[in-house]
Amino acid sequence: MLSRVANSLYWMARYIERAENIARIVDVNLQLLLDMRNLDEKRLIEYWEPIVQATGDDEAFFKAHPHATGKAVTEFLVFQPENPNSIFQCICSARENARMVRDQITLELWEELNRVYLFIRSPHARKVWDRSPSEFFQEIKSASLHVIGIINATMVHDEGWWFVQAGQFLERADKTTRILDVRHRTLPARGAPVNVSPTDAIEWSAVLRSCSAWDAYKTIYGADVHPRLIAEFLLLDDDFPRSVRFCVNGLNRAVRRISGVAEGHFCNDAEKLTGRFLAELQFSSVDEIFEVGLHKYLDDAQLKLNNIGAALFQAYIFQPFHNPDEQHMVQQEEQQQQERGMRPSSPVSPY
Amino acid sequence: MLKKYKVNGGFDEMLCAKTGIRDHYRKFHKTFEKMKPAEFDAKREAVDAAFMRQGITFNVYGDAQGAEKIFPFDLLPRIIPATEWEFLERGLTQRITALNLFLHDIYHEQKILKDGVIPEFYVLSARHFRREFVNFNVPKDIYIHICGTDLIRDKDGNYLVLEDNGRCPSGVSYVLENRRAMKRTFPSMFEGIGVRPVENYAQELLKSLKYIAPSGVADPTVVLLTPGAYNSAYFEHTYLARQMGIEIVEGRDLFIRDSRVFMRTTKGLQPVHVIYRRIDDDFIDPTVFRRDSMLGVAGLINAYRAGNVSLANSIGTGIADDKVMYYFVPRMIKYYLDQEPILPNVPTYLASEKDDMKYIMEHLPELVVKAANESGGYGMLMGPKASKAEIEKFRKLVIAEPRNYIAQPMIYLSQHPTFCDGKFEGRHIDLRPFILSGERVSIIPGGLTRVALRKGSLVVNSSQGGGSKDTWVLYGDE
Repeated sequence: MLSRVANSLYWMARYIERAENIARIVDVNLQLLLDMRNLDEKRLIEYWEPIVQATGDDEAFFKAHPHATGKAVTEFLVFQPENPNSIFQCICSARENARMVRDQITLELWEELNRVYLFIRSPHARKVWDRSPSEFFQEIKSASLHVIGIINATMVHDEGWWFVQAGQFLERADKTTRILDVRHRTLPARGAPVNVSPTDAIEWSAVLRSCSAWDAYKTIYGADVHPRLIAEFLLLDDDFPRSVRFCVNGLNRAVRRISGVAEGHFCNDAEKLTGRFLAELQFSSVDEIFEVGLHKYLDDAQLKLNNIGAALFQAYIFQPFHNPDEQHMVQQEEQQQQERGMRPSSPVSPY
Repeated sequence: MLKKYKVNGGFDEMLCAKTGIRDHYRKFHKTFEKMKPAEFDAKREAVDAAFMRQGITFNVYGDAQGAEKIFPFDLLPRIIPATEWEFLERGLTQRITALNLFLHDIYHEQKILKDGVIPEFYVLSARHFRREFVNFNVPKDIYIHICGTDLIRDKDGNYLVLEDNGRCPSGVSYVLENRRAMKRTFPSMFEGIGVRPVENYAQELLKSLKYIAPSGVADPTVVLLTPGAYNSAYFEHTYLARQMGIEIVEGRDLFIRDSRVFMRTTKGLQPVHVIYRRIDDDFIDPTVFRRDSMLGVAGLINAYRAGNVSLANSIGTGIADDKVMYYFVPRMIKYYLDQEPILPNVPTYLASEKDDMKYIMEHLPELVVKAANESGGYGMLMGPKASKAEIEKFRKLVIAEPRNYIAQPMIYLSQHPTFCDGKFEGRHIDLRPFILSGERVSIIPGGLTRVALRKGSLVVNSSQGGGSKDTWVLYGDE
């Protein structure tokens, strides 16, 4: 399959998954505010700021807005066209990538992506948003789930489909680490917290809800909300489809199906790094993670995922015989990802 | 529904002022009459919504929002009876045969120039004449593999050739999509009326493309080369590639090594044998033509010259689009085929001929003046509809560069009932059949009927407020 096509399929999947995750984060946090009392402006900013930081686009945010007020943050994450990772732009990018490979995807998939694209660009989207943000997010979430369903049910499960899987799992793993990191300020730098205040408990439950994990968590751990258990569930659970371990496992399967290399071996960096990260997740306990410090662990995880993405690009998309200009361009893009501050930002499509 | 529709001057496709509904429209008219206005409105809205949902749109250049529009589609089909279509097929086949012979000749012996049938000056000064390709043999001697020839009808209903598009004619995807939309909308009509299908275009196209594969390649890899997703015809490119089951590639997907073309895939390099290119000559190879082209493939022309890859259409066919060359097509038919042209040209005056120039200058307000190498309705003066200032502007342009201009009398294109502003009115139409030259010449029944939606307008181009209709070629004559 054409490298460019593989690249577009991969990014189409990433962007639609990204839109869904941002919708979840903003939705849950907006609802959470309804449960809180004594909210002054300062507290609100303290509340919203980590959410911007979690997306990794805080630099771009503070360029456009002086303070992380609720209105500014939601606008930035939902509609702002200047933010390449706003829901609006994610939908546009997903559809744009799909358009570039229109001949490779099914009519059903194209129509659904086109439908949500037309929706978010229409004045109607604003109206829905003004009337009920949660209805708006529902629309985005169900569009994404619909797309995933269509991909599984209508696309041939060949190489292109595996690139879609790779993109989807990589993005989902990344977003789960970012959501889990939102409340890291309530945690000690190292070790798990002993006591959890009722306010903290509410905020931590929002983390679970942002990952659609509330129901699953309760069946396993009961109603006791504790960061240690939440981290264990969202990072290390083997069966929950949004846990990092589950996603990296899916990613591992995808990269191996693409290359045909057996388990336990590798032929490129993408396979090596994925396999290594998976083994680490399989053979770690949550207490070890808290010993390193959850925040640091998550930052490292994001870096690892970004490196896997870059390695995939190297192995399949970027070809060593590109003309020098293009090489230069790719180099610049890679450099930019490393230089941007402490927190690894969400990578964006190179084309 | 059509009761109030009247012929308002000119030739009407459906109605004859004397005898009423023409025979070949009768069956359609009878069924259509039974439809209620509300039902028609619902069908119309459903079709527009479907086009939008499927993203069957074209990009509007210069729109920062990247707006996409649907190509307006009118539900009333244009109908052509069998005998008339056979006549058109004969005429178009004759024309493409002559054009291919002409291109072969001017890129080889140039007999037609030596015999003085066409003055040498016109060919050698043509902007799209590629002297680099003189004495180069194209596969199977076919230059124009895909041709879109625009036909119009004058006030007496005679078909005339308006222009030939021998570079990258577009619009065929609308023919196919319009038909699909019509079948969904009026499922019962097709069987009763007897309309020839258009579905096999993609197969025929693929066959023509495989026919020109370099010799010795048993199972050639054919690709479609597109300028990219921002091109206004991008929808058509993906559509055709999907229908043919071939890869759609951009310049950056291709790579030349040892004068052979490869595409970059996730499994490494894979050879390419035939390229259906939808990029103009100028942009196809930055090492040969425009150096600033970002769309082309460096070294492609070398591979083409080495005979390792075939291109459709060939390099240098743009000369057939030159409106000055158009003037000479009837002479080509006579010269190469020793036949009278079946489909006549519109009477044309060449500004670089002394007598013609005199006539043009004297009759400018009555004439249509066209630049020789423009298309899409640009670079044109419609004398009878232009202001004094516009006429004078063109007078200066023509005097400054006579080689680059032709003039024609204003032809009032035939009209067709079209739904506009809540009622049916006559609107001017043309017809673009698509002609494929492979092992034999094949023409998709009908073609793209374009309609000028603005009242009185004679410009049917989509960039200038044009729409389209489905074109029905009947099995019989009524």
